Amino acid sequence: MYSLTLPWEALGISAVWLVLMAFMVALPCSQVGSFLILRRMSLVGDAISHSVLPGIVIAFLFTGDLSSPWLIIGAGIAGLLVTIFIEMIHVGTRVKSDAATGIAFTALFALGVLLMQLYGGSKVDLDPDCVLYGQLDHILEYEAVSIAGLDVPRPLVTMTAVAFFTLTTMFVFYRVLVLSTFDAGLAASYGYKPVMVHYGMMFVLSIVVVAAFQSVGAILVIALLILPGAFAYMCTHKLPVMLSLAAGHALLSAVLGLYIYAWFDCNLAGAVVLAGAALLVLAWLFGPVDGQLWKWKRSLGEVEKPDDLIL
Amino acid sequence: MSKVDHPPALEIHDLSVTYHKKPVLYGVDVEIPQGSLVGVIGPNGAGKSTLIKSVMGVIPSSGGWVKVFGKPLKDSLHRVGYVPQRESVDWDFPVTVMDVALMGTYGKLGLFRRPGKAERKIASEALEKVGMLSYANRQIGNLSGGQQQRVFLARALAQDSDLYFMDEPFVGVDAATEAAIVTLLKDMRERNKTVLVVHHDLQSARDYFDRLILLNMRVVAEGPTPEVFTPELLHKTYGGRLTILSEIADRTAKMS
Repeated sequence: MYSLTLPWEALGISAVWLVLMAFMVALPCSQVGSFLILRRMSLVGDAISHSVLPGIVIAFLFTGDLSSPWLIIGAGIAGLLVTIFIEMIHVGTRVKSDAATGIAFTALFALGVLLMQLYGGSKVDLDPDCVLYGQLDHILEYEAVSIAGLDVPRPLVTMTAVAFFTLTTMFVFYRVLVLSTFDAGLAASYGYKPVMVHYGMMFVLSIVVVAAFQSVGAILVIALLILPGAFAYMCTHKLPVMLSLAAGHALLSAVLGLYIYAWFDCNLAGAVVLAGAALLVLAWLFGPVDGQLWKWKRSLGEVEKPDDLIL
Repeated sequence: MSKVDHPPALEIHDLSVTYHKKPVLYGVDVEIPQGSLVGVIGPNGAGKSTLIKSVMGVIPSSGGWVKVFGKPLKDSLHRVGYVPQRESVDWDFPVTVMDVALMGTYGKLGLFRRPGKAERKIASEALEKVGMLSYANRQIGNLSGGQQQRVFLARALAQDSDLYFMDEPFVGVDAATEAAIVTLLKDMRERNKTVLVVHHDLQSARDYFDRLILLNMRVVAEGPTPEVFTPELLHKTYGGRLTILSEIADRTAKMS
């Protein structure tokens, strides 16, 4: 079974860093993305990922380093500004929020592209390729941080910190998040302030997206936000199960992605997303709740509707 | 009964709401004594849901004030329960009947404490009262309209409030659920709870409620049902709608 051991033999410890990095990118994305799906805001993930580009370029010009924490914080604020910008357009005019989102993110993305061309040309790491596809495997070229005797690539440390921050925040505000997503009216009557929840979520989303930006690019990050949640949504009727399944999907995508990367020597971010998409197709065919197989079996009267399953 | 010991459950003074510069409600003055079942009736677009949403602070008002048990709303939030319209939530949401009933206990838990055994007991009892305990582990999308409404009511019971606002609880429910809701409302009145119900059916309104608020962008009449449920006042609420609208249109035209 040479093909199964290939990545680990060919890449050695680097294979571990790459899988861990892909997982640390996909994990926070999967959790935030699950809530985006439930709030019917998947497009906003798209918007944020594109519109933080000018912020990234500007911060990059100052720091010259894509994994600088300042860049992440700055872009978090940029993401908030975009959200406010969108709100201003659709509250202040008769333009509806979907159109306002379309306006805000394309305009800012265009600004980012121009800034990048004008000023970023001399810098090696920030070019249109990186923005589009991401460069997950480039983490190995970074200086390493020594942790417990291991030389850990620095972007992995940053990304792990972001993942930890995201999961902790979501855990602490879990109930507020769930209630304001399910029933904003009741949440408001408890004094939870759905607007604050919205902006808080956009802030966290911006941080996650920007941290993931370098690894997977502005477009593939959307896949990491939406695929795990959509996969999990098809498999369960219970939110905690959904979030766990989404995390599992993130891990599986990372591992399978590494294999595709090693087998075909292709773009790692693309491989991870492709693996995630393949898993989604499996859920669509065989998932316990929405799976086509069960629907077909049910129509034949062979199985009961899975009302009271653990799922 | 002095007013200090028994302040009105709800006092609304000169409440106005505008949406995109158009008035939706204006100059609403209402005083509801404790322990009454109040129906809010009026034609479509009269601002019935807007009234309770703005009283609850879910949507902002442009003028006036609200007092609940003699205090500003934000000091009495824990005494107020809210049952939004059934259609306002996504019933495909991955939560169970029990999860929804537990949401009723969130208000008293504050932002961070998690529901424990005591909260589960409260939620179970509430579900039992509406006959939904055996469905506790079902996903909410698998329920009928009537069952969904019962779950919403169970959640309200779990809130254990003194004043409730219910937005169209009778819409799209079966006869059995309608009867169950009526029984529940009467039971709540016996325990001196005050309930404001947005209602669209004139026929049943007379039988269900002690008091009525006839609403059409302003309060046409408010008081005990026998006094308010008269052909003249109802005509003024429903039939006179066109003239009221044109009056407002005139006024806003003059203002701007």
